[in-house]
Amino acid sequence: MKRREALAKLTGRERYVDDLPLEGFLWGMTVRSPAPRGRVTAIRFGKDVDWSQFVVVDHRDIPGPNVVALIEEDQPVLAAGYVRHVHEPVLLLAHPSREAVRRAVRSVEVVVGPEPAALDFRVPPAPEQIQYGSDNVIKHLKIEKGDVERALAGAPVVVAGTYETGAQEHVYLETQGMIAQLEGDVLVVKGSMQCPYYVLKALQHALTRDATRVRVIQTPTGGGFGGKEEFPSHIALHAALLALKSGRPVKLIYDRGEDMAATTKRHPALVRHRTGLTRDGRLVAQDIEVVIDGGAYVTLSPVVLSRAIIHAAGPYACEHVRITGRAMFTNAVPFGAFRGFGAPQSQFAGERHMDVIAATIGIDPVELRRINLLRDGQTTATGQVIRDGADRLAVMERALELSSYRDKQREHAAFNATHPTLRRGSGLATFYHGAGFTGGGEVALQSRLRVAGRPDGGVEVLSANIEMGQGTLTVFTELAATRLGLAPEDVTIAEADTGRVPNSGPTVASRTTMIVGGLIERAADDLRRHVGLDDSARGAAVKQSIQRWHREHPGEPLFGEAAYEKPPGIVWDDQTYRGDAYGAFAWAAYVAEVEVDLRTYTTRVIDFVAVQEVGKVLNPTLAKGQVQGGVVQGIGWALMEECKWRDGAMANNQLTNYLIPTSHDVPPVRVAFLENPYPHGAGGAKGLGELPIDGPAPAILNAVARATGAEPRAIPLTPENLMELLDGQAKVGAQHAAPLR
Amino acid sequence: MLRPYGKRMPAIAITFTLNGSPVTVDVDPAARLLDTLRYQLTLTGTKEGCGEGECGACTVYLDGLPVNSCLVPTYQVRGHRVETVESLDPGALEPFERCGATQCGACTPGVVMTAWWIREHPELLETHDTRELMAGNLCRCTGYDGIIDSVKEALEARGKGKREG
Amino acid sequence: MNVLLPASLPEALNQLASDATAVPMAGGTDLLVHWPVRLEAHERTYVDLSRLDSLKPLRWTEDELTLGGLTTYWDVILDARARAELPLLVDAARQVGAIQIQARGTWAGNIVNASPAADGVPVLMAYDAVVVLESRSGREEVPLDRFYAGYKQMKRRTDQLVVGIRIPRRRYTYQVFEKIGARRAQAIAKVGLAVTCSGAGWRVVAASVAPTIRRCPAVERLLEAGIPIASPEALLPAIAQDVAPIDDIRSSADYRTRVMARVLYHDLRDFWGKRA
Repeated sequence: MKRREALAKLTGRERYVDDLPLEGFLWGMTVRSPAPRGRVTAIRFGKDVDWSQFVVVDHRDIPGPNVVALIEEDQPVLAAGYVRHVHEPVLLLAHPSREAVRRAVRSVEVVVGPEPAALDFRVPPAPEQIQYGSDNVIKHLKIEKGDVERALAGAPVVVAGTYETGAQEHVYLETQGMIAQLEGDVLVVKGSMQCPYYVLKALQHALTRDATRVRVIQTPTGGGFGGKEEFPSHIALHAALLALKSGRPVKLIYDRGEDMAATTKRHPALVRHRTGLTRDGRLVAQDIEVVIDGGAYVTLSPVVLSRAIIHAAGPYACEHVRITGRAMFTNAVPFGAFRGFGAPQSQFAGERHMDVIAATIGIDPVELRRINLLRDGQTTATGQVIRDGADRLAVMERALELSSYRDKQREHAAFNATHPTLRRGSGLATFYHGAGFTGGGEVALQSRLRVAGRPDGGVEVLSANIEMGQGTLTVFTELAATRLGLAPEDVTIAEADTGRVPNSGPTVASRTTMIVGGLIERAADDLRRHVGLDDSARGAAVKQSIQRWHREHPGEPLFGEAAYEKPPGIVWDDQTYRGDAYGAFAWAAYVAEVEVDLRTYTTRVIDFVAVQEVGKVLNPTLAKGQVQGGVVQGIGWALMEECKWRDGAMANNQLTNYLIPTSHDVPPVRVAFLENPYPHGAGGAKGLGELPIDGPAPAILNAVARATGAEPRAIPLTPENLMELLDGQAKVGAQHAAPLR
Repeated sequence: MLRPYGKRMPAIAITFTLNGSPVTVDVDPAARLLDTLRYQLTLTGTKEGCGEGECGACTVYLDGLPVNSCLVPTYQVRGHRVETVESLDPGALEPFERCGATQCGACTPGVVMTAWWIREHPELLETHDTRELMAGNLCRCTGYDGIIDSVKEALEARGKGKREG
Repeated sequence: MNVLLPASLPEALNQLASDATAVPMAGGTDLLVHWPVRLEAHERTYVDLSRLDSLKPLRWTEDELTLGGLTTYWDVILDARARAELPLLVDAARQVGAIQIQARGTWAGNIVNASPAADGVPVLMAYDAVVVLESRSGREEVPLDRFYAGYKQMKRRTDQLVVGIRIPRRRYTYQVFEKIGARRAQAIAKVGLAVTCSGAGWRVVAASVAPTIRRCPAVERLLEAGIPIASPEALLPAIAQDVAPIDDIRSSADYRTRVMARVLYHDLRDFWGKRA
């Protein structure tokens, strides 16, 4: 099936939040902190503005607790006399003219009495920088399996390495935006978001409104990648406060500069590995430390850290594993959800480290992975027994074969021996991604969903899960149609309006197809039973029964319902971090081929092969598109996307200076799937959305290592960074495959 | 004194051809073509992605060439020809639908405008390749393959149409 | 904000002459970047050049190519003779943004925007281009390699408009344009180099390594004199005389210097040590 809303998007008819008709509204804007930490000593309103024309909101206008409700209740809606990061919201302004409000924002001076800021998460804070607990650690987590110290002490070989990853900006092409207005007594907030019920919860909490007086509607969302998971709650609150104070509709749309400067990014991370092995390359102990920069509030950092450590040991069998994790408070703009959610950082380190190990002990990186990849019956770091029938070796073999890995190695050797300035190499990464919320998260979400029968015999899926480009509308349509034997035209997907749809959970964590899709199947079955049919009834029989039901019950609603139920046999202990971290893992092997120009230290990816096992592939075009998009985002993160920091805020907050790949920078991404249906996923599917961002960075850096002989350990590997690495090595005279000839 | 209403030149009345029809509109001298299209003429198909001429989401044709409408002062289009995504024939976009050219859709109108221009000028491919020609349209979802494949298919469909027609 | 809409070149020159702060507006690809938030730019007066049709075409004569004051990058990209005879113009034009910028951006605008990272200026300078300025009081011609006086400073009076760029037609025995950016398309140069060799001698022009785009006379002398150069490092003393790169948001002085040396060394490896 073609993407449902494709034609609306291709013709420009799809209306995003800034495209919606709106009468008599005000443009809202945010006045922000200029300093990373300190007391607000004054707010000066410039004399060049007639302030009587403006709506001005500060923290005293918040009816309820001044808190954006999430995991912790530590982040204010608007700073109340104290700021913890640059760009922290302090005041809100609104005016009918967008230009007027832009000028007015510049006329406000927020004066901050500076206090010592913690700006480097990698170093222990000085006493005067401590602002969270006794050590600025937001969250400690630990996984222990076996006895690492003893195993390391007895290991014939120990290889250590330290790896770093930088922040990454989402660059969804539609910037963040919200509209808030009162419809009678009901506050209606619409906008670009992944999680309508998160926004609802935040609005209810800070505005002390019960669910009957506030409604959240998702508008078509121009990309999210996690950036519209928790952040939209802030803009929604800001727009709502302005609308409540002014009594007028308020539109608050960030421009690109504000969006890049003030919203969340991927957590920077530092990962240390100490790995014990036998001489022939079998893992005997993995000691891993993961540190992430949380920024100035807790936001989602504890759960990002959780996913990071659970994935840190890689898809390998090892009896003795210790993984410790720390999320650090700093006075940086808070970091947040981004596709992969911690796993890309820890698996970059792990997969790069595998190649460092291979080089250290003199074994082929492919062989090292072949020896250690999980076999059915073996356990992950948390002790989860993997027994899904997936052939992880076959996934790797397919990637090697599609990329002509062995032939390429020979070709590269010949090429590198003769070319004066270019070096080529191929690199491999084998990795995994757990789908759905971690541990008991899915149980806690208590997701619910409805499939309604319409009087015309068609059905409507009512869910809070949203389309942001990843294909929800299409896949939900296919799942409902397939389950009931209906044509796709007989299925509609309700707008994600909290006034109408039940809370089927957030659109995050690769859970939408696998988990929420499963609810569609079960709600469809329930609907069928409501109209007196058994699960074998399909097509015309279903349609006619729904029509008949409506004739017999005029005006009454008809729907089937489903609530999340844990698949059998899943056990997780959140205290000890032992057990089944995820219902299912997707498995993958990616091969990158690169060409490094030694004149300019520039790395170009010239071929990319992405092979994965994600259960049953429901829609090949959409699935392929997810992988290709994730890979290109990963190429950007690996090679060019670099946040430059000034006082914990992004200094290069323009698309001219924060570069993402263009079509000219990337090769075609060759995608293949091995299929192994997952019995508890909708249509046999496992989660797919995040997996593709985990593999490109390590595959690419492993390829650069092969091509140049350098051992890069940090991303982004910009030309400037590669220069230091190559020339630094040349200086100390280490054997180095890449002197200029 | 509130400056936006202070020293300000009166609006300029301009006439231009928009999607094949003449249109006359009073524009603020500071208006960008993008703003005039979206907020004055309610043609919201054209999107703003960056406001700095990097992303191409606001691509329209000015006298038949793709341009970033965020970098065009509206007064400069007086007497000229402007086409927006709303001018395209939806029926001919089938290859873009089929090959995965769109995901979130925010870059899509701009992508489609550039892609369609290539489709209409296949001779460009004698000197350029599609990836170079599409480089002014940033997409964060597709990884570009869906777009590149669509252009190829659209060119083939066009060629076929010509031969058969 | 004020916009003047001249219908002819003399009218435009009168307007420029009567308001020294007026800014000529051609394709807008520099002036409109971040326009909504550059509120101070809204306070100025602009002279719209879009109706000055006589400045649009490029013209070939027996001795030279003249780009008009409004000739765009795309005009040059489409010109088969430019591709054959002055290919660096086309190479550079294709690396300015992408089609959306190439269709609007003008060569003259690139010159007067005076960015040290400009893409069009290095190749023009390596082809010995001459800037033709016109004002109410007459015409003036300034060789491009003498046009810039310092960062964003140039020999254009506020009443003058660039109405043409004259490029001599010569036979080139060597020519190359190298733009080193952080990605392959739509990047601002971290280092730009245009190198030509003709009967007039070697021209080595560098971008993004000094307050202005400039020729590199010390490097040119090495080539003219046929000094043997055995490694990129051997070029560093000459480079140090010619340019003064800085650290900024896009790159580092160290990177710029080393890459300039390495690219020059490798691209010209057939010429070092051979007298012109």
